[in-house]
Amino acid sequence: MLEVYVHVPFCMRRCGYCDFNTYTAVDLGAGASRGNYANMVVREMELTRQWQLDHGIEEPTADTVFFGGGTPTILSADDLVAMLDAIRRIWGIAPGAEITTEANPDTVNEYYINRLAEGGFTRISFGMQSAVPHVLRTLDRTHTPANVAAGVEAANKAGLRSSVDLIYGAPGESLDDWRTSVRTAIDLGVNHISAYALTVEPTTKMGRQIAAGTLPKPDDDDEAAKYEIADDLFTAAGLEWYEVSNWARPGYESRHNLGYWRNVDWAGLGPGAHSHYNHAAAAETADVEDAPDAFDTAKQVHGLRSWDIAHPRLWGTAINESRVPWGGSETITPGENLEELIMLGLRLREGLDLNRINQAVAEAESNGETAPFRQIDPAELRPMIDDGLIVVDADSHRVVPTRKGRLLNDAVIERFFDLAGI
Amino acid sequence: MIEPKNKPGYTDQSLIRNFCIIAHIDHGKSTVADRILQLSGIVPEREMRDRFLDRMDIEQERGITIKSQAVRVPWTFDGTEYTLGMIDTPGHVDFTYEVSRALAACEGAVLLVDATQGIEAQTLSNLYMAIDHDLTIIPVLNKIDLPSAEPDKHAEEIAGLIGCEPSDVLRVSGKTGEGVAELLDRIVMEVPAPHGDPKAPARALIFDSVYDSYRGIVTYIRMEDGELHAREKVHMMGIGMTHDPIEIGVISPDMMPTKALGAGEVGYIITGAKDVSQSKVGDTLTSAVRPATEPLPGYRDPQPMVYAGLFPIDNAQFPELRDALDKLKLNDAALIYEPETSVALGFGFRCGFLGLLHMEIVCERLDREFGLDLISTAPNVPYDVTAEDGSEHHVTNPSEFPDGKIKKIVEPMVAADIITPKEFIGAVMDLCQDHRGIMGTMEYISSDRVEMHYRIPLAEIVFDFFDQLKSRTKGYASLDYHEDGEQAADLVKVDILIQGDKVDAFSAIVHRDKAYSYGVMMTKKLRELIPRQQFEIPIQAAIGSRIIARENIRALRKDVLAKCYGGDISRKRKLLEKQKAGKKRMKMLGHVEVPQEAFIAALSTGDAGNDRDTKDKIRAAQKTEG
Repeated sequence: MLEVYVHVPFCMRRCGYCDFNTYTAVDLGAGASRGNYANMVVREMELTRQWQLDHGIEEPTADTVFFGGGTPTILSADDLVAMLDAIRRIWGIAPGAEITTEANPDTVNEYYINRLAEGGFTRISFGMQSAVPHVLRTLDRTHTPANVAAGVEAANKAGLRSSVDLIYGAPGESLDDWRTSVRTAIDLGVNHISAYALTVEPTTKMGRQIAAGTLPKPDDDDEAAKYEIADDLFTAAGLEWYEVSNWARPGYESRHNLGYWRNVDWAGLGPGAHSHYNHAAAAETADVEDAPDAFDTAKQVHGLRSWDIAHPRLWGTAINESRVPWGGSETITPGENLEELIMLGLRLREGLDLNRINQAVAEAESNGETAPFRQIDPAELRPMIDDGLIVVDADSHRVVPTRKGRLLNDAVIERFFDLAGI
Repeated sequence: MIEPKNKPGYTDQSLIRNFCIIAHIDHGKSTVADRILQLSGIVPEREMRDRFLDRMDIEQERGITIKSQAVRVPWTFDGTEYTLGMIDTPGHVDFTYEVSRALAACEGAVLLVDATQGIEAQTLSNLYMAIDHDLTIIPVLNKIDLPSAEPDKHAEEIAGLIGCEPSDVLRVSGKTGEGVAELLDRIVMEVPAPHGDPKAPARALIFDSVYDSYRGIVTYIRMEDGELHAREKVHMMGIGMTHDPIEIGVISPDMMPTKALGAGEVGYIITGAKDVSQSKVGDTLTSAVRPATEPLPGYRDPQPMVYAGLFPIDNAQFPELRDALDKLKLNDAALIYEPETSVALGFGFRCGFLGLLHMEIVCERLDREFGLDLISTAPNVPYDVTAEDGSEHHVTNPSEFPDGKIKKIVEPMVAADIITPKEFIGAVMDLCQDHRGIMGTMEYISSDRVEMHYRIPLAEIVFDFFDQLKSRTKGYASLDYHEDGEQAADLVKVDILIQGDKVDAFSAIVHRDKAYSYGVMMTKKLRELIPRQQFEIPIQAAIGSRIIARENIRALRKDVLAKCYGGDISRKRKLLEKQKAGKKRMKMLGHVEVPQEAFIAALSTGDAGNDRDTKDKIRAAQKTEG
């Protein structure tokens, strides 16, 4: 199982809440310009594939591809298709693969979307954020609600699945504002909606405004109420939650994103993109800058996570020198893998597979790590069930968070960490 | 350097003058003392250092702690060499008893007042104490070299206080040395010579006792009657212990062993005592071979007046705290402590102090010298509680307060003297009234300053009185207080309950009228300080089983990361690991996690609730009572 993620670090303007790795300049140097970007990414794909082969990672063909950003659709549709073609050439693309791009409603039209469909894209995810003009202004978004409807319609016509993203909790957004956004999104007829609580990062413009007191701080209770509103309305419209912040008509879930929560392998390309490999051999890499040099062979390593150099110019320089453009990496021990399985699995409707967790516990235990790892007995889950945080399937031993457990997900994770002796 | 003619042990009493200097902390006592040493010639010019008496550098070099000094100084007047015993007095309010012993070792006192500031309350109280001891007072204005000095005004003030002529007030400058020789002449002329019985069995007053890490306990004594000889067994009459002296001597200006000390002389004795509690200030030292029958008057054990629990923030530091207290105790007979266990704060010590300042000094030393991070509970005073069943309880910790009906509670009182510029009289009266003070008399000590006398429960002073006095008088008022009996009062114990469980660290004994404000303030503070958790947390204040204030920490509704995609996973895992480590520093009260910082902040005084919500809630609570 392999997924491919391509990050496109360009935007027309930076939104006040956004702390993603994105830039408004057209040319960032060392070949990392909007016009040449696709060429650079293709070059990185080739370097990455060579690195995989050198480390015995025989990945199968890609099941999913996801273009995210930034604003991938700031590039021409031909550029996106060219990158997809390169993936097909280098890894191969599995039959029925899911190929998604994020889209700013401002930057796509019917022609653009048709071109994507012809090139093999199957899905498009629109950054709608809100249907309420004053909320969109607070979020620095330039599109109008009408742009989104046009985009979705074009996608439908072209045979693409579409999804919309919403953000709740923006300063000044009332509960009714939020209901309006949720209903508008449902009325678009999309089969997939993501709804995210606004997370204020201190380094953003909005973070500074809140610190200075010129914008009110998002309120957890308000966000909890909005989560419940969304969950109720989506469910009533036939969109079921399948991850903390994602709802879909059954069969329309984002397979690519499910891969992250199921902790599969993925190759991330583009400045700042993360990659993840469940391969011990991957961690023995030595030909990469900042890779772990003191690799402890006495201990098992479960896998490797790496991340590309964040700044596009330095990223481009590395590629021009034929280096895999990693900025850093970490080995994942069996214990850390266990932590990640728990924290990711508890976000999902399909739930946390207790058998898989206990296998991971056994792997960590046998590795002689310092924490006294413990197998989790299903009987120990009773207090969390009584607190209304989780339900447990008696046969499959899958643990599924309730709505309360989704809203208090970190607390549930912590209690599982305690149970597993982390 | 001059070699004095009068030898220790062989100096006639008629040639001896023992005096102390009474001064407020920054009025220049050390500088004047330095000039005296310099003029007397016992410190050569080139060795003269500023503030010789404080010996801070020596303390650091040799690890000697010398908190007080008794220096033997030769001074020639009219062709005759006299021997002056200059005795230092501890300078602050908690050590009234120690000051009184230092005064008892003298026949005269130099009242040293800063000519730019005038007299302060503590100086005044020490002055009255000196007058009570029948000491001859030599009034002196210091710092006359400063342009802001107002010697005429303050000479008038002093003359009014001690009943002399303004022209009798000497004017000196410790800095330039001006007037210091004249001061020494005045001491010889005016301070009476000692008049003990040189033939009687030896009796010496212990007026100070310090721990020196090289020499052990150094005991400072003033010979009243008879003689003590080197290697003569001595007996402490008050505590009933006998010691073999290792050395006796005088300080001039360094320790100088001598063969003997005679009547009227001031010197030191080093015994094998292990800590200062074996050689207590106020005790009488006599010869074990030819003991006196009657001790000198006035010995008593210092009684702690303020109690607080001290707990290491990291409970693993408990043994270190014990060691540190043991070390401080070597030098501080008044410090008492015993282990205490708190549900909320873990293992610590219940400590007794002479007063708030003493407590602050101890806490500061534990922090600075021993590197201990401590939480201290709110200080309280000792109470004598009689329960309805007649059982009597000496309560030094709110947890010892008996349950059930109370017949009588007796609390310690103090006589407080406050000196303030007259424009703050109203503010001081309000403050004292708020603190259950009963006004006594009030005198103008000059045309614009008054001294006000109050009788106030010590508990009120202990809480936040001094800070408020300073803030309400723009820092101008000064306070002195001393024990003044006790009184019965309508006091109650207020408990704080978190999720229905009493938190011992927050219990307080307060006057019934203040119970509501304490309850409202604490519950509000805790509501702010304790983070929201997965369930609702009621925080209540109660007197017995009756709830007088209540706040609620609402249940946490949302604690989840909105987005967790490929690039977020590593950061999220590390954040969870960090939070987990942070949890280890939380205290569990039942199911409730309380951060350490919440205890520290809740137990600190300071921001008394003056906001509207607090006032409304206090009023509401009082109404339900009425």
